[in-house]
Amino acid sequence: MNRMSFARLKESAIKAFFFTNGILAVLVLIGIFCLLLFTSVPAFREINIKEFLIDKNWNPTSPVKEEYGILSMIVSTFMVTLGALIIAVPLGIGVAAYLSDVAHWKVREIAKPIVEVLAGIPSVVIGFLGIVLFGPIIAGIFGVSHGLNAVNGSILLAIMALPTIISISEDSLNAVPRAYAEASLALGASRWQTLIRVRIPAALSGILASMMLGMGRAIGETMTVLMVTGNAPAFPKGFLSSIRTMTANIAIELGEVPYYTTHYYALFAIGLVLFIITFLVNLASDIILHKYQEREQ
Amino acid sequence: MNFKKLLLVVLVSFGLVFAGSCSIAKQKMIQVKGSDTLVNLVQILAEAYMEKNPKTPIAVLGGGSGTGIAALINGTCDIADHSRPWKEKEINLAKENDVEPRRFIIAVDGVSVIVNESNSVGDLSMDQVGAIYRGQIKNWKEVGGPDKPISLYGRQSNSGTYVFFQEHVLGKKNYSPDMKRMNGNAQIVEGVIQDKASIGYVGVGYVYDTKSGEVRKGLKVLKIANDANSPAYSPLDKAAVDAGKYPVARPLFQSTNGKPNGAILDFIKFETGPEGQNIVEREGFFTIGSSHITENKKNLK
Repeated sequence: MNRMSFARLKESAIKAFFFTNGILAVLVLIGIFCLLLFTSVPAFREINIKEFLIDKNWNPTSPVKEEYGILSMIVSTFMVTLGALIIAVPLGIGVAAYLSDVAHWKVREIAKPIVEVLAGIPSVVIGFLGIVLFGPIIAGIFGVSHGLNAVNGSILLAIMALPTIISISEDSLNAVPRAYAEASLALGASRWQTLIRVRIPAALSGILASMMLGMGRAIGETMTVLMVTGNAPAFPKGFLSSIRTMTANIAIELGEVPYYTTHYYALFAIGLVLFIITFLVNLASDIILHKYQEREQ
Repeated sequence: MNFKKLLLVVLVSFGLVFAGSCSIAKQKMIQVKGSDTLVNLVQILAEAYMEKNPKTPIAVLGGGSGTGIAALINGTCDIADHSRPWKEKEINLAKENDVEPRRFIIAVDGVSVIVNESNSVGDLSMDQVGAIYRGQIKNWKEVGGPDKPISLYGRQSNSGTYVFFQEHVLGKKNYSPDMKRMNGNAQIVEGVIQDKASIGYVGVGYVYDTKSGEVRKGLKVLKIANDANSPAYSPLDKAAVDAGKYPVARPLFQSTNGKPNGAILDFIKFETGPEGQNIVEREGFFTIGSSHITENKKNLK
């Protein structure tokens, strides 16, 4: 009897332990959201929220007139992210398909770990590459005077998103049951047709998830874009103009801003906008994943 | 027996570590923080000082003038390096925190305006430089150069050079939003060397090659005239800067909380004395003049 109740006690203790662990992650998330929300609200005592989101000019330290408009930064953030996805998605899926379907197993054994090592390169190092290597090349190719622009940022973010996209896409291609491919080949389809029309559609949920994760990385990345995009706060005129992303702006200004001023609160408001955007991206990817999984079943 | 020995070893080593950390804590480390324009110079001054006084460790950090002043107000550094005077806001904040700043001038900096070597423009007036950085002059041909859109390089808003340039050259107007905001002086120099249509501004110490002592290859230092009718002077022309003829020169400061004493006082005296000023000159800055020396003396009282 005594033994029984001890076992029961142990069981409920273990249950409580895992429950606390699970709830902790949620609490941290809610905590961060609340912190951002409460620290950004005071900003809107002095800034009109509509102006904050629609105005193109950001100049809180101006000696003439202080301006708090983040539209240019939102557009810039989306520009580099879009550019990165345009480069990284076709390339990433191509590499994943090569590794899973074409490459000799020896090649795969060597290539896959190398791709994963790419994910571990610090962002400062990649930013440095952008300054000394890609900058001059971009300036030469596009005939502009310098390479500190959105194209450079996009290329570097693509490099950083590639390992995620390749690794997860390859895993999901490998997870497609062999029977699918065998049936397709038995029906007379070529290997190319099998890959494009059977295997990739079957692995689509994983591939989409990898794209979304890559996108999340690109939106939130700070150091790399800070180093290579020139950080000009003007509204971007195109991919060849210098831009300033939301993350770079927070990183540049938070170190110097006097605490508890409108400028300080406004930086947290930018953080809140960033948080909401990444939250929406994750939500969208979740919904897409569920839709595809339901269709598959 | 074995266990006891082990215990003894552990205890003794703990004791050693404890004693060691105590003796380190007793030695007071002087923390210097602030202006990126000053960080290299002060680092070299600190090394020279520590060679003579090995018992006084000095740590020098950059981060920008605003960062250094904020650190002095928060009490996280002993000396703040800054390349601009204190702002009204900062003085008020210091008062609220019972910090009484004392300011010392340790060197004079000519902010040099630089362009790519291939640019045919050799001198500009203050008005022209201001208009270029405000975004009113957009093409080099408007100031007698090649037909190329001007590519602007400047610092980020936490930099003292950014504020100094805005006040003295732009007439307290906004920078063009197209100006690229670079992380530091060295990045501006690299950008200007690579970019044929560029213009940038950096502390005068950064235009030299550290090995040869000459102006960096690919770089051209512009001569600046006070207005369209007066002659233009280069910041590399020491006599002109000493005589106050170069229009974009500025004193570089260090601030302490209250009257400095002990090792901090000794270090500041070393910097402003003949040995320190020799280093200042060797590093490409200008030595302090007699008016600066009087002001320093006043702040030591």
